[in-house]
Amino acid sequence: MDKIPILRMGAFLLVTIQVDLYDRLALNLEADLVQMVNNTNAKGVLIDISAVSIVDSFMGRIIGNIASMSKILDAETVVVGMQPAVAITLIELGLPLKGVHTALDMEKGMNLLKSMIEVTEEDEDQEQDDDLIAE
Amino acid sequence: MILSLSKDTIQVLKEQDVVFLKNRVKETAVKIKMGLVNQTRLLTAASELVRNMMRYANGGVCLIEVVSSGRNNGVRLTFSDRGPGIPDIAAAMRDGFSTGKSLGLGLPGTKRLVNEFDIKSKVGEGTVITIIKWANG
Repeated sequence: MDKIPILRMGAFLLVTIQVDLYDRLALNLEADLVQMVNNTNAKGVLIDISAVSIVDSFMGRIIGNIASMSKILDAETVVVGMQPAVAITLIELGLPLKGVHTALDMEKGMNLLKSMIEVTEEDEDQEQDDDLIAE
Repeated sequence: MILSLSKDTIQVLKEQDVVFLKNRVKETAVKIKMGLVNQTRLLTAASELVRNMMRYANGGVCLIEVVSSGRNNGVRLTFSDRGPGIPDIAAAMRDGFSTGKSLGLGLPGTKRLVNEFDIKSKVGEGTVITIIKWANG
């Protein structure tokens, strides 16, 4: 059984999909990834799909599911490296991947994740400051 | 007038057959020098239709043809199954309609991705879906 490796890097999980996904593989990835987010307390998930040449409605739904499930577990998801032809096909198919953050490449995706998570931390600090002032 | 230049029949019964079918469709598209975006549209359409065939009819047969309309060459795919058939084709072609647990984008989305789309279905006998994607179109 093929498996897509999930790498941990600090507070992030990295997934690089190097093969064309088939249904079972995508479903396994969804389950493994959500489990990993929970086990490692990850704050962000970065999915690289630069080697994926087809995303149909099923795969699109899985990507959306991963983002929504991670969100509930307090982790942000960024999809990076989508091929232009895949973007064209997804929109024509009627699947705009709402709620999924995207970036052009790994580096930009990483920066996006960091900025999203820093913002949240600052917000928390701000709240604590406010609490102190209130006291 | 559309002429068929080559024919290739593939049985699809298992998940491995799906991978094989997609590779054959891709080879055929490359052979007639279809552009990358159209290749991706055709392969995505094929992926949607073959999934439907597996899910609702436990598999079927796909005929891959190179077709010509004179100036333009294209790939024609015919998916035939002996599944339960579709009682209401008009509903099945609407965005968001699904009898399974999917998004209901498969059939209407596929139609948007290809140049020609034809569906025939008889309840209790099966479904035949034919699509054509032209190399330049």
